Amino acid sequence: MKKLPLLTLISWICFLFYAGIGIFLSGFLLVKVEVNRTSSCRDPLFSENWSLNIYSKNVSQNQLVDFCWSKPRFSRAVILIIDALKYDFAQFDSKVKDPQHFQNKIKVFSEYIRSSPANSRLYAFRADPPTTTMQRIKGFSTGSLPTFVDIGNNFASSAILEDNLISQMQKNGKRVVFMGDDTWDSLFPKHFQQSFPFPSFNVKDLHTVDNGILKHLYPSMKRKDWDIIIAHFLGVDHCGHRYGPDHPAMAEKLTQMDQVIRSVARLIENDTLLVVFGDHGMTDTGDHGGESQKETDAALFLYTPSMLVSTEQGLAEPMVVPQIDLTPTLALLLGIPIPYSSIGKVMVQLIPSGDLFDHNAQELQQAEALFVNAKQVNRFLETYSLVAKHLPQETLDHLQDMYLKATKNYIMLRDAFATHSPLNSQELKKLISDFHVYLVSVQEMCKVSWAQFHSLQIIVGIIVLVGSCVVCFIVSEFASIVESSYKELLFLAVFTGAFASGTVAIFQFFWLEFEAFSVLGTFTVVAQVAFLWKFNHLKNSNRYFLNRAVNIINTALKGELQMTSPLIVFMVFLLRCASLFSDSYIVAEEQVVSFLLSSLGLFILVHLTWYGNLLHSFIDGFKTTNPGMSSQQMAFVKDKKTMHVLVACVALLMFSLCLSHVFHGCRDEQVICTPSLFLAPLCTLQDVQLRNIHYVLSVCSLLTSYYLVRRWLCYYGNFNSHSLAVFVARFELPLLVVCICLFWAVSSTPEESFVNWQQFIRLASSVFPRVAFVLFCLGIAAVFWNPLTVFVKPKVLSEEGPITQSYRASGCVSPQAELQHLIPHIYQCMRRSYQVPKEEGESLKDEYYQPTVEAFGLGTVYSAPMLLILVLFQLLLALLHPEGLALSFLLMLLEAFAILQIHSKTSSLYRCRLYSDKFSVPWCVVLMWALASTQFFYATGHLPTFPSIQWNAAFIGFSEGHSNQVLPALLVLLNTFSSCILLAVSCPLLLFWPLICEPSNTAKSGSKLGELKSDNIPVMEMKLRDNPEYFSRALLQLMARYLFIHGAQLLASVCAAAILKRHLMVWKVFAPKLLFEASGFLVTSLFVIISLILIMRVDVCLTRWVKQLIPVDSR
Amino acid sequence: MKDIEIKGMVSAHAIIAITILLATLAPTLFVGNYSVYGTHLVWLYSCCSAVAAVNIALYALLGVSPTPKRHTLSYKVTKLFRSFMYFGFSCLIFHGIVVLYGAPLIESALETFSFAVLLSTFTTLRCICMLGPNVQAWIRVFSKNGAMSIWDTSLQITTLCSVIGAWFGAFPIPLDWDRPWQVWPVSCTLGATFGFVMGLLVAPSWIYWYRKHLTYKSK
Repeated sequence: MKKLPLLTLISWICFLFYAGIGIFLSGFLLVKVEVNRTSSCRDPLFSENWSLNIYSKNVSQNQLVDFCWSKPRFSRAVILIIDALKYDFAQFDSKVKDPQHFQNKIKVFSEYIRSSPANSRLYAFRADPPTTTMQRIKGFSTGSLPTFVDIGNNFASSAILEDNLISQMQKNGKRVVFMGDDTWDSLFPKHFQQSFPFPSFNVKDLHTVDNGILKHLYPSMKRKDWDIIIAHFLGVDHCGHRYGPDHPAMAEKLTQMDQVIRSVARLIENDTLLVVFGDHGMTDTGDHGGESQKETDAALFLYTPSMLVSTEQGLAEPMVVPQIDLTPTLALLLGIPIPYSSIGKVMVQLIPSGDLFDHNAQELQQAEALFVNAKQVNRFLETYSLVAKHLPQETLDHLQDMYLKATKNYIMLRDAFATHSPLNSQELKKLISDFHVYLVSVQEMCKVSWAQFHSLQIIVGIIVLVGSCVVCFIVSEFASIVESSYKELLFLAVFTGAFASGTVAIFQFFWLEFEAFSVLGTFTVVAQVAFLWKFNHLKNSNRYFLNRAVNIINTALKGELQMTSPLIVFMVFLLRCASLFSDSYIVAEEQVVSFLLSSLGLFILVHLTWYGNLLHSFIDGFKTTNPGMSSQQMAFVKDKKTMHVLVACVALLMFSLCLSHVFHGCRDEQVICTPSLFLAPLCTLQDVQLRNIHYVLSVCSLLTSYYLVRRWLCYYGNFNSHSLAVFVARFELPLLVVCICLFWAVSSTPEESFVNWQQFIRLASSVFPRVAFVLFCLGIAAVFWNPLTVFVKPKVLSEEGPITQSYRASGCVSPQAELQHLIPHIYQCMRRSYQVPKEEGESLKDEYYQPTVEAFGLGTVYSAPMLLILVLFQLLLALLHPEGLALSFLLMLLEAFAILQIHSKTSSLYRCRLYSDKFSVPWCVVLMWALASTQFFYATGHLPTFPSIQWNAAFIGFSEGHSNQVLPALLVLLNTFSSCILLAVSCPLLLFWPLICEPSNTAKSGSKLGELKSDNIPVMEMKLRDNPEYFSRALLQLMARYLFIHGAQLLASVCAAAILKRHLMVWKVFAPKLLFEASGFLVTSLFVIISLILIMRVDVCLTRWVKQLIPVDSR
Repeated sequence: MKDIEIKGMVSAHAIIAITILLATLAPTLFVGNYSVYGTHLVWLYSCCSAVAAVNIALYALLGVSPTPKRHTLSYKVTKLFRSFMYFGFSCLIFHGIVVLYGAPLIESALETFSFAVLLSTFTTLRCICMLGPNVQAWIRVFSKNGAMSIWDTSLQITTLCSVIGAWFGAFPIPLDWDRPWQVWPVSCTLGATFGFVMGLLVAPSWIYWYRKHLTYKSK
């Protein structure tokens, strides 16, 4: 077996794909340029020519020359942020008879609004997506809109460099005291006079942060050495994540918050503003991050003991306030400059101060506030359009005009007011609305143009991906040519690519700006072109290769045509790719994929029937009236058995597809949909009996999958070996299962029930998973270290003849007996094939002396370690999921088994295939395998949206949180792409399975022919070892095909995102799907390579083993 | 000989197609508030019964179905019984496959079953009419070189077309257009019907086109 070409070619393909994804994403994911300027109070409010014109006339009018509000309404503020305080939570409706757990728990807002309407206000507070906490803190402190990329920073939240409220407070001498969520501390390091941060990452912990705040909040407030107090409560959010909104714990939490707000409101004084708000809402399952109204609408409550708003005005107020509008409002109310890059619009209804009944004076003040706001926004736009060129010039000009006109009007009005001439209230109203329109249209323009793409990089990325797909396809279809001359191909490709990219790099270095993407793009494109050119050259120049290639293509085509018509398979594949272009089909992807998968399964059946391969002898059997033709009768019986097995397998496939819908999650877009009961962790189930049933089911499914694999290993005789791999299967796997079950038992106990055992439970819930992780790592290491599962036993002579006979006779003897006879035979056959170079004369003698050794499990020497790795990964991944999904993993095992069986049965039904093509795996099956990996992505409760990522996986075994970012990221990644991992790791089984199932199949064909050739003796996987060239070729082909299908899907979703980049759903559906598809491809390719390495490791060990054996033998 | 047969087939198929059209329109006279989407099941069963009746009558008249070997009453009764049984089985099997394909299991079981009945009418019923309740003969017809007359070929084509029509009919269901025909199982039944009618039209023309290449083994 050739190792180097295989590895290099596969990694070359992977590299090409990675480069394409990288280039595309660098152009597609939007980046907002951060402006590093800051506002200050001394910034001139009027440009110089105005001050010449106006201030020369009205010198007395100097009250508003700097950027800050001259007389702030409030000198102090208490800001309470209750994470995920949804608007529904804050409303009080006495009419609700039977309130849910989250309803009517916070009464303080409605009480204050009823008792003192002039002092308090409650608004719906609409956040901009993404609705994750860090994005929201960033959003309302800078007053700016985040872009899509920022989501990734949720774990590594680094300090905010843009101008923001907190740094303005600090600069203007406000003493800020902070307590709560420690995200703030990393976002605003050294900004606080005092800070009491508490760890925020552990979602299961409902009380630490809140109790910590409560310990410090009241003493701090009473001390009076502060100007601003910020307290960020996390309990409600964590409660939502853990239990969902409709849970007794939520009622408790909300009641607690109600008490907190009450006591804080009692403590504040006249010069202090109380601001209570939620940074985002939550869905009905308690998650957030998306842009549904449930997630974006939080509550905003304002209260002060002095007058807040005049009551008569309250009628015209908007009930929904965008979140970024809080930034300029707070800045003006507290008398600090509005942050430089804020594009928020001040909430004018809160502005008036002093005489609340002088209407004109109030409106003038509002206009003044809007003017300051507009001035600041305009200044930001000017700076931003200098830094980044992507704002549309026409819109900018138009906005500038609007701004200038409104400003001129404002100055005229103010002059008129200063000269005590009567104010035209109509004009004033118009002016206010002009400012409104200006600010709103700036917000809209920014929202649109921060969704700006780099089309060059998008196009280059797509070209590279198309090229990678072509290269991958060529490698898979012309595996023999590519493999035999891989050195020339790759050398030329890399050399020309490096040359071209080097030229570009030097050129850019001297004359232009250096751009990494263009260098990488040139390299990959040129390398791909060189690869294809060289390949074409090779194909044309070398007749030998050409003939061989034609031969292979012909046989492949013949085989494929017979096996499954490629047209239909191609059409199904095309439909699958086309489905990625429609948002409805992406939303319903689970159904689409399983629809196509079951169609493929049924299609195989129908196709076999049509060509008479399946039921041919079925009819013959009925037709034959001649009782003498026993062999045909026997063949008929065998074929009938095959048919039954096939039908059963297709039924199993469809059944497991159907069952796997039980484990689905729900997207925001799916309106009538309830997420699966299995997705919730067991501890959230309140019904004890149901919880027990779920637990028992999960444990049973774990045990079943272990038992199935153990049976398989026993059956093929791999279980007798003394190698480490078998040790893993024998002792480590059961231990792992026990660990996982114990962990589930511990973690699903409700906290209230075992108060005395609290310590023990906490310890156990971190010890068991850690032990499981260690066992898993040890198991993987052991399998890689010693993967041979062959048992060798010295044996007495002279049993050779009867063995073969007895095996053949044993059609339906128990598997154990069959095993006893089958395996030695395999080994003899292998031995014989090794001694082909020896002379004929000797071989006869050899045969006499041969059976001195008996080897068990050689027939499945490659697939046994693969299976072990598969089960190890399955157990680990089941541990990382909610308990109920263990069932889904069992289902995955069954479905994979069904596909493998269908594959091996169909390939045994076509006996007419040529030897060279013997190992190749048809497209149809590879497509089924790839579709299954997509389908089980959904069946393990995942969805291609960011809020649905199961963050809980990061805390399994590490309930106190992590010190670094690598481990949680790894755990979440493993959890999210579990189906990709499992099916990629077990992908080579597609190659091995028909060979493993060969004994039963060939025995049948032999008996049908009525003669027993010695060639027909089953050697199973040793056949691969006998033909190392074909083996590596088939492996390369299989891997390339699998990667091609995933790569083409990736290409389709890339194209969909690029074409539909102005689509309404692009950030909601297409872009997340693209990112998930890309990461899925990354994980898949990585694990394909890992499985390749495992096979090579087995091969090396096998070679060594055989070498050891021969000297012993020849004595 | 062949031309006459083809002409016969054209007229038979035309009659079936017209029946479907009439069965779609006729209920307006009897059922108030009738529409294909709104009162879908009425349309479905009117279509089914009409197609079944016309098929049975036509093929009995044309004498396509195999001549019975014996003329005893008991034989006929058994045959009839077996025909009914096969039809019922095929409905159940179609129902099962459709559910496995992802149709709701409990919610709209009646609709799903009606859809299975429609599919059986378009496929199994015609098989029963033409080949009799004889599974071996069906399997023979639905294999590559199994067709023994142009009727067998037309049976292959219409069956394939109705199944493919039903398959394609599932495609618009997930789309968010909110049309009345996207509701399960309307699009699938319409797809199957459309496919069936297309098959009826295609079959004679296909046979005519390939009449030189079509050679049938003698019975």
